[in-house]
Amino acid sequence: MREINAKIITDTVKKLCIDANCHLSGDIKECIQNAYKDETWQQAKEILAHIIENYKIADQKSVPVCQDTGVACVFLKIGQDVHITGDITAAVNEGVRQGYTEGFLRKSVVSDPLNRVNTNDNTPAMIYFELVKGDKIEITVAPKGFGSENMSQIAMLSPSDGIDGVKEFVKRVVKEAGPNPCPPVVVGVGIGGTFDKAALLAKKALLREVNKPNDNPFYANLEKELLQEINMLGIGPQGFGGKTTALAVNVEYFPTHIAGLPVAVNINCHVTRHKTEVI
Amino acid sequence: MATKITTPLTRDTVKTLKSGDSCLITGAIYTARDAAHKRLCELINKGEPLPLDIKDSIIYFVGPTPAKPGEIIGSAGPTTSYRMDAYSPDLIKLGLTGMIGKGKRNDEVIDAMKTHGAVYFGAIGGCGALLSKCIKKCEIIAYDDLGAEAIRKLYVEDFPVVVIIDNDGNNLYETGKENYLKQK
Repeated sequence: MREINAKIITDTVKKLCIDANCHLSGDIKECIQNAYKDETWQQAKEILAHIIENYKIADQKSVPVCQDTGVACVFLKIGQDVHITGDITAAVNEGVRQGYTEGFLRKSVVSDPLNRVNTNDNTPAMIYFELVKGDKIEITVAPKGFGSENMSQIAMLSPSDGIDGVKEFVKRVVKEAGPNPCPPVVVGVGIGGTFDKAALLAKKALLREVNKPNDNPFYANLEKELLQEINMLGIGPQGFGGKTTALAVNVEYFPTHIAGLPVAVNINCHVTRHKTEVI
Repeated sequence: MATKITTPLTRDTVKTLKSGDSCLITGAIYTARDAAHKRLCELINKGEPLPLDIKDSIIYFVGPTPAKPGEIIGSAGPTTSYRMDAYSPDLIKLGLTGMIGKGKRNDEVIDAMKTHGAVYFGAIGGCGALLSKCIKKCEIIAYDDLGAEAIRKLYVEDFPVVVIIDNDGNNLYETGKENYLKQK
């Protein structure tokens, strides 16, 4: 049994909150650069050039890429041979508190969805624990902005709707979102499981690198087809028209009930942020 | 070529701006988003004065990140505008001539823009680090308790925007997509 002090978790979460908000990862940068090269519509190309300039400024000055520094979604994969000294949930929230305060990130969380008073430190985080083999802890921090979160949807389709029904739904969600989620977007799709599981799968799909297709060739092909079809909608960067409506479609799937076909679509903007560290 | 405009934004200038035009704004503009709009409209309903001079003004829908030491403001890109749809018509009636945000507006907002003379600009969403370079002064003028949502008076220089919806109701979100798909 390996002992890990909760303080290390706090320090790691703090660092990841700041890093994720100020520095986009290489895969998403490369994807935006490729979109810039492939874009043929002049205004769309100019917007993509501004988006590239923006993440470069954020990198150089270590300032947030976007002012919506999001709610902190924190995913922990905890090795079953680890013992944590201290309160792990409190440690994660303390890391978010320190990261958002000391990193000059925006505090965007209200303590109550109806009475709406800002907690002023961006806590609580949305925390997901998973037990895995081994004696390590993998922590991923994914700040999630709400311009795109608000455009996300879920549908409980029928098995008879099949793959065509899934594709229609995903495209409808992107079309209805239009310019609102700051396209070009990254589309996270969760298929199967239950109502809640599908939504979590869609969120987890956004954690995968945008240049890495699903391991299953069937779902990798679905991702490819969906991306092509979404990019024929013409919405374009910022909704001003153009090819680049989506940068990537990531699909995750899970077994489900004989009666169901849940599909969740979690939209992210071009500022798709996540950073991971293993303790 | 971008059109240079200065604030205050008069209704005569508004009439000259067309959907799709790129503009560079210089002058004082105000920030307000969800919570501040709610408070402003509560004041209007009570017949009380507003904490800003609304006539011929521009409101930027933004909640910036805190400024780092030595900086004027943090990252400051637009937030999604439809959440202000419930409030914007009342402000337009009182003389608001410009709004900067991103995303769709509803028919009530567009009707108010056409009736009273106002324009809806889009700034690039997700480019807060870039846009903050155009902000030269920043002062909180109301609702300090709202933090990022407080009303700020900004002085901007050559702040880049595109006219999304003009005074006649022409909408770049419709025409941009149509024009792209037509030439494809």
